[in-house]
Amino acid sequence: MEKLIMRRVHQGGEEMILNFGPQHPSTHGVINFLVETDGEVLRRAVPDVGYLHRSIEKIAETIGYPQFMPYTDRIDYVSAMMANEGWATAIEKMLKVEVPRRAQYLRAIACELCRMASHLVSVGTMATDIGATTPLVHGIRERESINDLLEALCGARLTYNYHRIGGVAFDLPAGWSDKALKFLDHFEKLLGEWDRLISFNEIYVKRLANVAVITREQAINYGLVGPNLRGSGVSFDCRRDAPYGAYADFDFEIPVGKGFRGAVGDAFDRYYVRVLELRESARIVRQALAKMPEGDIMAKVPRKVKPEAGEVLSRVESARGEMGYYVVSDGTDKPYRVHVRTGSFLAMGIIEDLSPGLMVADLVALIASLDVVAPEIDR
Amino acid sequence: MSALPTPAPARTKTPRLAAIVSVTAAIALPLGLFCVILFATPLLQPALLDGFIRERLHRDPATWYWRDGVYTVALLVLAFVFANFAAIFSGILSWWERRVAGRIQSRIGPNRAGVGGFLVWIADAVKLILKEDLVPAEADQMLFRAAPYFVMVGFILTFVVLPFGESIAVSDMNVGLFFITSITALVVVGILLSGWSSNSKWALFGGMRSAAQVVSYEIPAGLAIMVPVLMAGTLSMQGIIRAQGGLPWQWFIFRNPAAFALFFIFFTSQLAEANRTPFDLPEAESELVAGYLSEYSGFRFALFFLVEWGNLWTMSAIAVTIFLGGWQIPFVPNELYAQLKGTGFPPLAWWGLEAASMLVFAAKTMVLVNVVVWLRWTLPRIRVDQMMSLCWKYLVPVSFACFLFTLLWQIAVAAVPALETAMGVGLTAVSVVLAVLFARQTHRNITAIGDRVDLSNW
Repeated sequence: MEKLIMRRVHQGGEEMILNFGPQHPSTHGVINFLVETDGEVLRRAVPDVGYLHRSIEKIAETIGYPQFMPYTDRIDYVSAMMANEGWATAIEKMLKVEVPRRAQYLRAIACELCRMASHLVSVGTMATDIGATTPLVHGIRERESINDLLEALCGARLTYNYHRIGGVAFDLPAGWSDKALKFLDHFEKLLGEWDRLISFNEIYVKRLANVAVITREQAINYGLVGPNLRGSGVSFDCRRDAPYGAYADFDFEIPVGKGFRGAVGDAFDRYYVRVLELRESARIVRQALAKMPEGDIMAKVPRKVKPEAGEVLSRVESARGEMGYYVVSDGTDKPYRVHVRTGSFLAMGIIEDLSPGLMVADLVALIASLDVVAPEIDR
Repeated sequence: MSALPTPAPARTKTPRLAAIVSVTAAIALPLGLFCVILFATPLLQPALLDGFIRERLHRDPATWYWRDGVYTVALLVLAFVFANFAAIFSGILSWWERRVAGRIQSRIGPNRAGVGGFLVWIADAVKLILKEDLVPAEADQMLFRAAPYFVMVGFILTFVVLPFGESIAVSDMNVGLFFITSITALVVVGILLSGWSSNSKWALFGGMRSAAQVVSYEIPAGLAIMVPVLMAGTLSMQGIIRAQGGLPWQWFIFRNPAAFALFFIFFTSQLAEANRTPFDLPEAESELVAGYLSEYSGFRFALFFLVEWGNLWTMSAIAVTIFLGGWQIPFVPNELYAQLKGTGFPPLAWWGLEAASMLVFAAKTMVLVNVVVWLRWTLPRIRVDQMMSLCWKYLVPVSFACFLFTLLWQIAVAAVPALETAMGVGLTAVSVVLAVLFARQTHRNITAIGDRVDLSNW
């Protein structure tokens, strides 16, 4: 990157170097894009990440296994529940603990509600980045209801710390299911309004269709995950293809990009896959509430968590795609090494290759359509 | 022990003084402004001033040396009145827009200062004036300081010909519309200057976008303006309104199918010229941070925003003037005004009629202003290349075609005058049907999500 700047400084070309960030309304956090533009057209945009590095992985090596749970919330605070689940499943795999069915169902409900909250933020901010301010506020309004439900469940609205190694912290409070069902009834009707308000707005579709197309091959080669991968037409979802927890019990679709309004894998496909996933998540929550088994919410786990020496990889489907926890244990009560593989970081890689020829406004659409959450990139 | 009565839920109560001030201001400010405009504009016209000089000052206005001095004082008074009208209108509109936005986005909006937060625009103005007027060190000092004034002048000067009522306009120039199109071009000079002189890349982007946008959309707007001119046979704003009538089928928009199409083209172009959503590219927040406004603060920033909101009045007023019948009151012929006025100081009945015409004009204008506000909080923003292709590929050819159609239409109407009336009634009926269908669809959309039409909670 320094090379890029210096080349321009020395040659003094027609292009303009623009610092798109780190403080910019549409970078969704502290990210910098070094943008080389010729008028409105980008020559290229180089992402410069690392502004939010908090050495969370290193912190894991200094504290015990259960103590690390609240830190996982901070890896991706928009979908903190799934980050919890990834850590919990990794350690359960190491300890070979069987999680009670009820706890697995509670995890699924909490995770799907959290996924809905995260997708609402994602599609809302996307609309804001395209210039429509109202959908975000409507999305946040519904997210508040979800936060209320999650607050009633685990006492927190953003960083939940709900999962425990071997189960979950709290059972459903009295009357919670009815409240959740009432919300879902309201929410599913509202998705129709969402589509009328923004999804199929002519201007919105024109801004996103055929913009920043990621082909199937590109998506696989760059290792994109989650809605970004599915937007390109690849039907892969950890919840179905590498089932964990209770997901094998539920019946749900995996929406994939079909070129809803343009080419397969354009920004609109990535957007609309998320809107469709909102509906599927609501379906999963309904099924989980209907089939909820009785029983314990915590397995028998030793007080001092001391897994045998070895390594383990757990995969969960976070709102930003497959999230991997790679944990190495040396037999002590602290992990030897933890690595978290996150969707946003993988998505950043493709931006430089997609950017040539886009317009400045398209770069905003591209970043928004990849649903980048800055702290998840750097950890 | 008896149970204590449950306390009423806590409510934010506006203090009595703030309530009195805000309600008084909300009623007195617009009313006072309109009254001043109603009395000042007809009385400060040259004919009456000449009479004043002759009868009160006992001088011959044709030869008296200080006649121009009296005229200048009169014009300064008018300039003061209209500058204040612009400022106060944009202030109140900034509050109104935020309330409407709050309503659209299911939140409350400003509600702290005064009843319904009405005093918030005064608080904003005070804050902006007290803030430091910062000029970046690397900026082009003179251009940076001058840019807001270009914008302001280009905006304020439109009030010279903008009508408010039958006799209520500063000056009824015979080149009124031409004057408006030329003078509003100053706004883009100011924006371009601000973009260039800020020495910021974001501001430069905004300035260039604005220049490209305004220059392009001047063409369909100019062609759209030509059609009412063709139909009325004059460029004078008042002349165009006098050629229309008070009833919808007497308006230009419905009398000619081309004018019907051009009204929407004109409205779109005006949105683009005023940098309103979906054409707010020059200050696109999510792309350009704040566009050409990036480096401005304090009073200069306030000037830009004053113009942005004030432009809503001028663009809507121009549209009302040339397409929607202006101040024409139904069943009141143009001759009635002249009959009532007589010579000398006009009688009370004439003033009443003038006030009514002002009311009609303001009501029509406010409807359009609200449409613009509503669009802003509903639509996303288009991209810069789409903005250009919309203008050059669609709006310009269509407005040319409409222009040519109008030429033929005027010839046809000259031969068969009934054609115009029939078209007027027909298009009015079509519009009413469309409006009813729209309202029904809206109602259906509201009820589809289990909501209900609720107009309380403002």
